[in-house]
Amino acid sequence: MSQQSLTTTPAGAQGAGGGGALPRGSRLGAEKLFRGLATAAGSTVLVIIVAIAAFLIVQAVPALRADSENFFTFQSWFANDDPPKFGIAAIAFGTVLTSALALIMAVPVALGIALCLTHYAHRRVASTLGFFIDLLAAVPSVVFGLWGRDYFRGPVGDFSKFLHDHFGWIPLFGGGGPYGNSILLGSIVLAIMVLPIVTSLSREVFAQTPAQNEEAALALGATKWEMIRTAVLPYGKPGIIASVMLGLGRALGETIALALTLGAVYNVSFDLLGTGGNTIAANIALKFAEANPTGRSALIASGLVLFAITLVVNMTARAIVYRRREFVGGAA
Amino acid sequence: MTVGSHSARTRVNLKAQRLPKWAPAALGAGAIGVAALAVHATGFGGPVLTGVTAALLFVVGLAVLSAVVEGGRTSRDRIATSLVYAAFVLALAPLLSMAFTLLSKGTERLNGYFLGVSMKGVSAFDDAGGAYHAIIGTLEQAGIATLITVPLGVLGAIYIVEYGRGRLATLIRFFVDVMTGIPSIVAGLFILAFWVLIVSPYLNNGRPEYSGFAAALALSVLMLPTVVRSTEEMLRLVPGALREGAYALGIPQWKTIVRIVLPTAAPGIVTGVMLAVARACGETAPVILVALGNPAINFNPLSGGQSSLSLYVYEQAGTASKYAPGRAWAGALTLVVLVLTLTVAAKLLARRNKLAR
Amino acid sequence: MAKRIEAVNVSAYYGSFRAIDNITMTIEPKSVTALIGPSGCGKSTFLRSINRMHEVLPGAKVDGQLMIDGQNIYDRDIDVTAVRRTIGMVFQRPNPFPTMSIYDNVVAGLKLNGVRRKAALDDACEKALRGANLWNEVKDRLNRPGAGLSGGQQQRLCIARAIAVEPQVVLMDEPCSALDPISTLAIEDLIAELKNQYTIVIVTHNMQQAARVSDRTGFFSIDSTGEPGRLIEYDDTAKIFTNPSVKRTEDYITGRFG
Repeated sequence: MSQQSLTTTPAGAQGAGGGGALPRGSRLGAEKLFRGLATAAGSTVLVIIVAIAAFLIVQAVPALRADSENFFTFQSWFANDDPPKFGIAAIAFGTVLTSALALIMAVPVALGIALCLTHYAHRRVASTLGFFIDLLAAVPSVVFGLWGRDYFRGPVGDFSKFLHDHFGWIPLFGGGGPYGNSILLGSIVLAIMVLPIVTSLSREVFAQTPAQNEEAALALGATKWEMIRTAVLPYGKPGIIASVMLGLGRALGETIALALTLGAVYNVSFDLLGTGGNTIAANIALKFAEANPTGRSALIASGLVLFAITLVVNMTARAIVYRRREFVGGAA
Repeated sequence: MTVGSHSARTRVNLKAQRLPKWAPAALGAGAIGVAALAVHATGFGGPVLTGVTAALLFVVGLAVLSAVVEGGRTSRDRIATSLVYAAFVLALAPLLSMAFTLLSKGTERLNGYFLGVSMKGVSAFDDAGGAYHAIIGTLEQAGIATLITVPLGVLGAIYIVEYGRGRLATLIRFFVDVMTGIPSIVAGLFILAFWVLIVSPYLNNGRPEYSGFAAALALSVLMLPTVVRSTEEMLRLVPGALREGAYALGIPQWKTIVRIVLPTAAPGIVTGVMLAVARACGETAPVILVALGNPAINFNPLSGGQSSLSLYVYEQAGTASKYAPGRAWAGALTLVVLVLTLTVAAKLLARRNKLAR
Repeated sequence: MAKRIEAVNVSAYYGSFRAIDNITMTIEPKSVTALIGPSGCGKSTFLRSINRMHEVLPGAKVDGQLMIDGQNIYDRDIDVTAVRRTIGMVFQRPNPFPTMSIYDNVVAGLKLNGVRRKAALDDACEKALRGANLWNEVKDRLNRPGAGLSGGQQQRLCIARAIAVEPQVVLMDEPCSALDPISTLAIEDLIAELKNQYTIVIVTHNMQQAARVSDRTGFFSIDSTGEPGRLIEYDDTAKIFTNPSVKRTEDYITGRFG
């Protein structure tokens, strides 16, 4: 069968000088097939990204058409009503606020741990401790949420009361209880969740600092901290920015842990302590079960916004990483 | 002669005032003592506040002491060192707390009965019910997702490493990285919008079919970039000499890849797949949207709602009943054991991987 | 501004491996001392012991005494940063800070030491760059990145950075091994000028270079792989290269070994 086809292919015909004994044609066929499969598999990624945007838009349009309020400025979510009234102002604000707070808390700690692992702790200790941080990254988000709601809510509530009693004059801490699910609780839980991501990425960045630059700083009489400020941090700056943005991407899209720890309240408020807070992702999880077809479509519309935001954040972060990779490659 | 006198005049001082070695330890003990006393005296706060106060006292005290004795530069160095280690302790605290809570609350209900029965016919207020149906769901969904993702991901990585040239390859590489950042809820919405609402009605008499298979599709979207990236890294580690050796024997490229490159990279690929599966098992959001959940055992992933462990935990967490938290924590412990077993096994495998060394 | 260095029974270790064994030698001020020998003989390790850079590597430690100005730099009450400020170092590969301008590279050490006044920094920068024979080439582009210079210029920038903090001693670890012959010549000329002010110790693989630039030469060697490096012979350069008193030195110099 393959012998038969061999004589008809031009490749087989070219194989002069006894090459006819080799089943060249069929091999080229297999090669082409395999290469085609691999190319198709690789392209799937692009297809999926485009398909996500396309299908979300298709499914979001009916609700956006039916929405009797401004989708971007309305703060509440009555998507099941007739006519439907819903907008992403409050949940988009909540998404950005919780993510920003989470990063403010997580990034300094994450950078500290990354420095500890790369420049302070003994090598063997560092690999063990790094393993524990990786374990933290592996814990499913629903477990974080459960822990946050069933255990961590207590201490954070006490802390909230303390903040309110002593620093209540700061608007952020103006909320006068009850101290249950709040923006503070949600963003601390979120901070713990993005911590291992930012840690492991910036750890890689710090580990890449050329030893010769570190030695140059030390040989000038720098203390360890001065060496880090002179050689390690400036060199790692683009990488740190990228890892923070990747952590931001993760924080913006986090769903379940925030569905369990935020107050699911629709308003734009900077009160961190009282019952409050909601995000696009948590809102989808919370409202999906009760949604009618229009409600479902409205949730998809909000998901489209989330997709767009995370796409921009991730593409920016990756672009920084890619530029940096070229820069590092060129310098070496 | 002038040289000698010049040197003598500029005699360098290399000596430094140093805090004695025991100073930080003594300061630490003192800080803990003072903090405990202060917290105890005011009757305000507990061990956590004591710890935080002690840490603050220690850092501030050491900074001041060092600044006075050793000078500003050393003082700043000591502050940085303290803060770096403090960051570490701060991160381990929630990990330990979570492990402790998980073990103490999770073991209350976790037994053979819990693992062996479903929630069918169990009302929220019954002291009964288990997670068998959810375990089945998680295993089937993760299994199907793996079957879809592995060939696709490995082939995609082969394209990037072995065939990809020019713009398309760069674009694919870039978007694989971007795709790792897609929120799981968006992956769920995508499968909802595409499979459940548009494709599945054709297979189900015009009605959308929520199913375990749809959940598996959503998990595949999340697993794919991880599998591609880890496979890509492993393929790059395979020495070029191996490939050239095979080409020199006249073996075509595709056969070289399938017979020589892939087997060499296999242990590393398996590690990457296991990590991706572990992450997929823990995903809740997509399952809520496209598998809906089901209190009964449903072995059929293609038809009817299906639960999963993470969804089970989420459902029980949202149920108002004095028995629900027990079920939620038992489910959470089961889930964490499953996920961590996969993760740790993958990491151990990676350590034994000769290619990555 | 130059100091005598006395090493007494200096041994250095990487973990449990002893890299150099009982080195005792006196390095004269305002002179160039070259350390030569085959690869792995411990000459770089000894050089890095002189300003306590050896211990930067994990598990590395040093035994013995290294006296400068009558102070043992390995004493407990010695400030490591002061040692390294007093004993500057230039590395094998030019290593300017990649994120800094030429100017910032030169004054990096001064800024670490708390010099903030712009005028003082400007003066020091010019002085150091002139001292490193680089001023005329870069005076119009002090704010450009240091990494943009040629290899030889980068190495002279690193020398300027090292001498900007006005050390007593400058250690050079194969400073020309990554450079082309013309840049090498420029560095060698510079070394000849620098010895008017500084004590210079240079490790080199290149025996002609040692013969050209140094006043005294120390020959290091190892008996076999895994053995520690030892100082075989230490004498005036002219004597080492014309009439060495140890057979192994002669074998090495004449190319019969190493």
